[in-house]
Amino acid sequence: MTSPLAIVLVATGALTLSTPLLAADAAAGKAGWTKEYPASDGSAARSCATCHGRDLTQPGRQANTGKVIEPLAPSVNPQRLTDPAKIEKWLLRNCKWTIGRECTAAEKADFIAYIKTQ
Amino acid sequence: MNHHQQILSILAVGIFTLGAAGVAFGDDDDDDDRRGKRSQPRADFAPLTNVAYSEECGSCHMAYQPGLLPARAWTAIMSPAGLSNHYGDDASLTDELRNEISAYLTANGADRSGGKRASKFAESRAGVDSGLPRISANPYFVKEHDEIPARLIKDNPDVGSLSKCNACHRGAAEGDYSERQINIPGHGPWED
Repeated sequence: MTSPLAIVLVATGALTLSTPLLAADAAAGKAGWTKEYPASDGSAARSCATCHGRDLTQPGRQANTGKVIEPLAPSVNPQRLTDPAKIEKWLLRNCKWTIGRECTAAEKADFIAYIKTQ
Repeated sequence: MNHHQQILSILAVGIFTLGAAGVAFGDDDDDDDRRGKRSQPRADFAPLTNVAYSEECGSCHMAYQPGLLPARAWTAIMSPAGLSNHYGDDASLTDELRNEISAYLTANGADRSGGKRASKFAESRAGVDSGLPRISANPYFVKEHDEIPARLIKDNPDVGSLSKCNACHRGAAEGDYSERQINIPGHGPWED
């Protein structure tokens, strides 16, 4: 179901875009970023941008607690995408909260590819 | 129980009793600030000592001192089901981290230790959603906050919820919830 190795490889750039199974697509990640999904608890529809915003170089805000989330863009926050365990943890949690299910390996690769370009 | 264990138990009870007596005689003022002269006031709640807890939980919200809930409440919150529906969020952890943090929280829960105000939090209750226990549903907590109007908390854009202790309690991160440290955004100090 999940593919930690693939994510690490994509995150570190070791996996080239030509790999057929995991052709990480930054454009698809960008499109998925703002796609809204209805929340099962009746609260407002959610997307990645709900907490992280549309401009990844800017800080975001946790929708429930209001806590500031440091920018995701590696260009302004070099710590991002450097810790595979963190990447796994947050993709698992945040896909479940936002979309209502775990993301596929391809979806996760696309999101990472998009974030990397920011 | 063998002989050594018996001796250890007696010692432990004795030490605990001495400690409890110290608390009883030293704690004549809930707010600990009116005398002002105490050189090193003990924190209301023992400060955080577990890095994994501070990092994992503190990345989304203030990492509440373990003494704000009893051990059984922490156990429920830290169960896999509790974490996957964590007050409306998914806060799932790996089993390794979950076990470490759960052990830390339960060992330092309100009914185990945790600072001079922790004993008031030994009873926990679920919120109106009847889900996981909430610090803000504890009877002492309710009593301490029930006179504060909604405009200063829920309807205050700089606060928003009673769950944001540190929005008004400036010493919350260090376990200091004394009245002296209260500064409600847009309002100022609060006199009970």
